[in-house]
Amino acid sequence: MRQIPEGFIIPDFGKVATATQTSGTASEAATYDGPRKMALICSKGNLDMAYPGLILGNSAAGEGIETHMFFTFWGLDIVNKKTNDKLQFTMIGNTAMHMPDLGYVRPGLEHWSMPQFMGRLPGMTKASTKMMKKQMDDLEIPSVPEFLDLLQASGVHMYACKLSFDMMKMLEADLHPAVEGVISAADFIEISTGAQTIFI
Amino acid sequence: MPTNTIDQFTFEVNDEGFLTDRNQWSKELCEVLAELVGIEHLTPEHWATIEFMRDDSAKSGVTPTLRRMQTVGGFDVRELYQLFPGKPVKKMAYLSGLPKPVGCV
Repeated sequence: MRQIPEGFIIPDFGKVATATQTSGTASEAATYDGPRKMALICSKGNLDMAYPGLILGNSAAGEGIETHMFFTFWGLDIVNKKTNDKLQFTMIGNTAMHMPDLGYVRPGLEHWSMPQFMGRLPGMTKASTKMMKKQMDDLEIPSVPEFLDLLQASGVHMYACKLSFDMMKMLEADLHPAVEGVISAADFIEISTGAQTIFI
Repeated sequence: MPTNTIDQFTFEVNDEGFLTDRNQWSKELCEVLAELVGIEHLTPEHWATIEFMRDDSAKSGVTPTLRRMQTVGGFDVRELYQLFPGKPVKKMAYLSGLPKPVGCV
């Protein structure tokens, strides 16, 4: 490889990640000095809570970071083929629900927090889901199933939580093919040795 | 604005090292930069991605993201990771003489 001349400014492309460490002991964690790793734990099944994990996973992979994602509890819906294209967004319990378009009616209204009772009106969840999906689509963000394909192609490792899997009586055939396996929490702790772990 | 000099090439870069003027880019410079980021030889597959990046950004004004490379350019993401190991989009943007992409996906 060619040497970089003195005074030459070049973006940090890091070292090319090669080694995939998938096992280790607790004592290794403290001394882990391999390439940077990230572990994302996705525990929610609402549409708005599915995207943060997917986007972070995609960005981490794009930065050359070894990335592992663990789908647990309601997060299993993200990797369940029967549900992952139908994830929903509800404004109930979300006080940060604004309508950007209201700003056209009267300036300032776009920051108005919608009253909670409105979320309980029939069809409201469906409407807000549709709206969020459209906003995502406008920004060229893929749907959840397509996102999983993208992550798989980017080399992100994905696992389903064994306990949740059994609890929800899920079928292996329903798992998105990007999921590498149904593993226990302890397995994931081992896999995530030396990783920065993010719980979503 | 810092200036990088290598062989017969002189070009302006930002603080990170990305080219600030796409007109200072040339195929010859691209080959030199590729060696610096660990790509010894640019294959026709490499060139196809670089050409798409430059064409697309000339039209849209922004550096395409990996997702756009897939949906608009029709490239296979897996292959892009193999062609530009480590940080594919950043490497492609760098070699194309473009700023790093700002899009999240």
